[in-house]
Amino acid sequence: MSVLVFAENSDGIFKKSTLEAISYAKEVAKITGGNCTAISIGNVNQEQLSLLAKNGAEKIISFNHDSVNNFNAEVFSKIISETAKSENSKTIVFSNTYSGKSVAPRTAASLKAAIVSGVISYPDLSNGFTVKRTVFSGKAFANVNMSSEIKVISITPNSFVINETNDALNIIPASNQVDANDFKTKSIEVSKASGKIALTEAELVISGGRGLKGPENWHLVEDLANALGAATACSKPVSDMHWRPHSEHVGQTGITIKPNLYIAIGISGAIQHLAGVSSSKVIVAINKDPEAPFFKAADYGIVGDAFDVLPAIINAAKNRA
Amino acid sequence: MKILVCISNVPDTTTKVSFTENNSKFNTQGVQFIINPYDELALTKALEITEKVGGTVTAINVGLAETEPSIRKALAIGANDAVRINAEPADAYFVAEQIANYAGSLGFDLILTGRESIDYNGGMVSGILASLLNLPSVNVITSIEVDGNTAIMERDIDGGKEKLSCNFPFVASAQKELTEPRIPNMRGIMAARTKPLQVIEAQSSAIGSSTQSFELPAPKGACKMIDASNAGDLIRILNEEAKVI
Repeated sequence: MSVLVFAENSDGIFKKSTLEAISYAKEVAKITGGNCTAISIGNVNQEQLSLLAKNGAEKIISFNHDSVNNFNAEVFSKIISETAKSENSKTIVFSNTYSGKSVAPRTAASLKAAIVSGVISYPDLSNGFTVKRTVFSGKAFANVNMSSEIKVISITPNSFVINETNDALNIIPASNQVDANDFKTKSIEVSKASGKIALTEAELVISGGRGLKGPENWHLVEDLANALGAATACSKPVSDMHWRPHSEHVGQTGITIKPNLYIAIGISGAIQHLAGVSSSKVIVAINKDPEAPFFKAADYGIVGDAFDVLPAIINAAKNRA
Repeated sequence: MKILVCISNVPDTTTKVSFTENNSKFNTQGVQFIINPYDELALTKALEITEKVGGTVTAINVGLAETEPSIRKALAIGANDAVRINAEPADAYFVAEQIANYAGSLGFDLILTGRESIDYNGGMVSGILASLLNLPSVNVITSIEVDGNTAIMERDIDGGKEKLSCNFPFVASAQKELTEPRIPNMRGIMAARTKPLQVIEAQSSAIGSSTQSFELPAPKGACKMIDASNAGDLIRILNEEAKVI
């Protein structure tokens, strides 16, 4: 019996969210019994694979092939579900990234497994098999009981610690057969913003709202983000007015995030926005309106105009580094 | 082109979430329900496609009779007909299975869902549904163009975008940029009253997961105010006191 975890790579590199999933799977293996096996798909070198062992993978199955360097939901779920069968895995762990969200449900359907996504707790076996997940975009949590024999869990990034276990490196080449007919969706072009921190994985996020008055003032948000090594985000009106791309919109109808620090500048704090950010560990609200609802949801607040207070904050952040 | 759009009935985004029956049920008292915003984008895109290349759009919902206003709204926006599978949507697997049972032999060219529902945020129905129907799935599409038997799409991926193609039939989920939602006009609202809405009983299914209880987040402590004239001090506080930078 094993816990199988999908070790997703990005251009051959394992990101933080993957290592969180490995450590999570290792903990699940401790709770349920069995070992922690990772499945890696695509060209990944041994140095990267050793990171999986370092963080809890007792066995690494590597499908090291050029044909699967680009993510493909059908092919990846085929490889993962075949591996789950051959490894007799009863729990399969994914990280709830875009790729994870594509491949986890297909894997669950192939294995006739129950699936819960957005999981933020280890399983509790005191009464069956129960995990906690986020619902209503962070406005609440649900404790969900999983009753099928095989279970698929997709965990929320930034929710679990990475534990160094320094397991011995044990790499086994995968034996799955994949041929051209398996690729029903065909990638034409991939464009990735280089050096940008993915919002869902960012530990620090600086976010701007209508209070910044226009896209020409966004250098203030970016300067503070750069000084702190943070990702940038925005409120719904800002993306609706095309001041910033939709991919930066956090909130109930945008992206839900849970960084260590969320600084909201010129955002009033509508209930839909708060839903997407309320799981952040520390929230700072900067708003010129002392009655802005964000101050009720924040840990720290500054009542002031963004254009007056930001230069001093940016300065202090730069001087700290 | 024969398109099926999966519609979820969800609480309006302004809803203050609370629970009843010992925190085991969502409190629907005073809550306004709407078509899930992402599903509305999927529906609008389906109409844009059929207006261009011809075809029909069917809206489907797994829900009890109380979801019918949302289904009627989908018809008012422009769906040709609708189906309601009469069951409480227990979990994503159950919903996907019911839709797969319905769609299995009907030869839809394209099945669209929203990226996720804004209540349970699972985002799992499209993938499970595609897999059960043995179809490809493309998540979080931000554009789609039909070119004969092929669709050219763009989608969000971790850290960027991907342009890709897929032959029909397949399942795709709608991401925000896909289109702008359409507001039903009076003619649409009148027409929706007489459009066919078929009600089908659910088939039995092994439900793999069930929600035992809900919790609300712990209330935040008081917000600590920093004087605007001393705003730079925020960085010191975040470093020394909050220890997050």
